[in-house]
Parts: sequence; C-alpha cells; structure tokens
Amino acid sequence: MIAIIDYDAGNICSVKNALERLGASYVLTADPAAIKAADKVILPGVGNAAEAMGSLEATGLTGLIRSLRQPVLGICVGLQLMCRSSEEGPVEGLGLLDCRIRRFPAQADAKVPHMGWNQIGNLDSKLFREVPEGSYVYFVHSYYPDLCPDTIATCHHGGILFSAALRWENFYGTQFHPEKSGGVGSQILQNFLVL
Amino acid sequence: MVAKRIIPCLDVKDSQVVKGINFEGLHEVGDAVEMGVRYTREGADELVYLDISATREGRGTFAALVEKIALGIDIPFTVGGGIGSLDDAARLLDAGADKISINSSALARPELIGEIARKYGSQFVVLAIDAKNVDGRWLCTTHGGTRFTGRELFDWAREAQERGAGEILFTSMDHDGTKAGYACELYARLDSLLSIPVIASGGAGSVQDIVDVLTRGRASAALAASIFHYGQIPIPQLKTALAAAGIPVRL
Repeated sequence: MIAIIDYDAGNICSVKNALERLGASYVLTADPAAIKAADKVILPGVGNAAEAMGSLEATGLTGLIRSLRQPVLGICVGLQLMCRSSEEGPVEGLGLLDCRIRRFPAQADAKVPHMGWNQIGNLDSKLFREVPEGSYVYFVHSYYPDLCPDTIATCHHGGILFSAALRWENFYGTQFHPEKSGGVGSQILQNFLVL
Repeated sequence: MVAKRIIPCLDVKDSQVVKGINFEGLHEVGDAVEMGVRYTREGADELVYLDISATREGRGTFAALVEKIALGIDIPFTVGGGIGSLDDAARLLDAGADKISINSSALARPELIGEIARKYGSQFVVLAIDAKNVDGRWLCTTHGGTRFTGRELFDWAREAQERGAGEILFTSMDHDGTKAGYACELYARLDSLLSIPVIASGGAGSVQDIVDVLTRGRASAALAASIFHYGQIPIPQLKTALAAAGIPVRL
C-alpha cells in the first residue's frame, strides 16, 4: 500500500492517476497509523513552499515523516519541504535532505518559471534504473534545489546546474513531475515502487 | 535547455474531437481520449482540449471527459472553453486538468487571472488571446474573432503577465486556418516583452512554418490542430525535422 500524504497540497490528481496506471494500490491519508504502516510514502506538493510547509505543520505529521524508515518520495514542492530551507518565504524545511532551495534569477533567455521538458543527467540511484542519461522529464518551478552531497540527478536551466533529484537514506525527492513525464516518468515511479 | 514544445489542440464537442473547416460546419475526427493517448504515444509534449459545446449539458459532460483524459494520458494538458469563474477552474482542476486557459472571461474581468493564479499558482493559468490586425493595431477579439474588445494585444499580454498568468497562448485570427505560416514577428515581439512562455497558434501548414515560429518567432511552443488531426504532418517526423534544424526537442 502506498500512502499519499494528505495535507491540502494542491492538485494531487495526477499522482493518483499515475499510480492507477501502474496498478498500484494507494490511499490519500493524514492518519499517522496508515502512513506508518504503508510500504511506500509519497509527499506531493504544488504552489508556494512556505504555505505548503504551514499546511504540513498544521497536520502535526512532521515528526512522523522524519521518523519513517520505508522509502519516501517527495515530488516538486514535496521535495522542497524535505530540504533544509527554501528562499521562498523564506521557510525552514524538514531537513531530511542536505540541500537549500534557491530562486532562479530572472534572465533574458531563460524563462522563470522553468516550465516544460528538460534533460536530466548524472543519474546515480536505483530510482533511475533503465532511465537513459539525457532523458526528458517535465518541470514546473521557480525555485530550485542546489547541488549537494545528496544529489542523484542534475538538470541545466539558464546557466545553472541544479539537483533534479535527491536522496538521503530512505528519503527520495524529484524536482520534476514523474507523474507527468510520459514513459520515462512511469519508469521512475515504477522504480520507486519496487525499492 | 528546455525543449520547445509541440502541442496538438483538440476542439471537443460531446466527447468528440471536431474541427471546423472554413466555418462550413464541424467534422468529427475522433474520440477525445483515444486521440490524446495516440498523440502522447507519438511524442506530443502537451495537449490542449477546448470545450466548444454551446449548451449546459455539453459543459457538464466536459468535466467528466477531463477525468477520463487525466487518467488516460501521462503528459500535461490544458483545458479551456467557457471558464468564467474560480469555481469553474476549481472543477476542472479537481477533474485532473494541469492548466486551464481563459480568454473572454479574463477580458471581461481581468481580476479573474489573479484570483485563479493566487489560489492554484501561475503555472495553472494560460491566458489565451485571439487578436486581429485593424489598421496596423492588433486588437483582442472574443467569440471566435467576431467581437472586438478595444484591448490591444501587447498591452493585454503584459497586463496578464503582471496579474499572474503563467503562459500566453496567442492566436492571430488573420493567420488561423490559412496554413500559410504563423505570425512570427508578433511572437518575437511578445517574447521580448514578456518573461513568461509564449505559445504560438494559428497558421501552421508545413514543417518549415513550425521551424520558423520556434526560431525566428522565438515561441516556446507551437500549437496546431488540423495538420495533426488529418495526418498531414505526423508528430514523430516533425520532431525529427525540428531536431535536424538544431531546435531542442524531446525525442
């Protein structure tokens, strides 16, 4: 059973639909017992990191999330909340990933938000099994995770090389949306499901 | 580098994709979900579904269709047509749409852009503009180009960005349906004015037209309908040709 953490994180339809397509059983829940008992946990999130952190804290689940030992996947803002801090707010995160979230500077030839399909490289995790270097995945974000010791994939935008994915112990995160990234994204989600 | 996007546009009426040809009536060309799945498989980067139902019943069935599309495809898609309020947008978000596009309702009440963007994020709001050249000025129109609003294209696009739109989808009504190429100069000017992505729509007739609007026109994405629906330009061939022209595309 996959637990998707329910904390008013915005649109989570696409995560549910992707799990449906993979035939995985899931539950959207804020119940500590259900989250603790799940085989895998997904922390979704879209929108403003500071507001999302406020919503997550309001559920009282932050301590529980830190204590989880099964694989946990943060997606987009979900990943950002698992990091040390974000310039969006600014706000302190859960500190599970040794990473800071920064704002893309406005530049003439690199649009912000970074929106659309971009290539990921330096793939270094079981999360990317059978995913070729240079594969395209779908991003939508104005703030990016810095490079850090937990980086397991990178991406370029506007002259900045940033972390497209991170991992520390059982905590994984993708800045891109695997649930919207076609066949490559399905492969990454499938890899997470069999970790 | 972010890939340039190729976006098939599907006009939907009662769950069927239709395409008007020279305003001589609508021709059904296929099932909306099946066509979306097919385009996704062929390499489309995103899809746009426009509800052209004129009736309340039609509007009701569209939300149900959006749920099926969301379950069936694994790439982002935008839905538009008849979205007049935050509630309309919320209903489509709940059905699984990644973005909504608004046009007439935003011209009538520009605050709507900010209301939706604040609630669901700018990435959710595509502002569509249909404009026509009148004595050298590009004026925004509604109702398929039949009604003028007095708003000027570039001013309105800039205001929409300031209000929180995440993308501009601009259709030149002078080029739409001609298959004689996109309005490249207008897209290049929009690109230099705006920091958000611009989607080009209207006029695609050949691979070269799409190359032109993505290079000379500096558009972030090219949208087209009939060249894809009637198989005139298969998406895999188009993308191979774009890559050969040095344009970054997802293959």
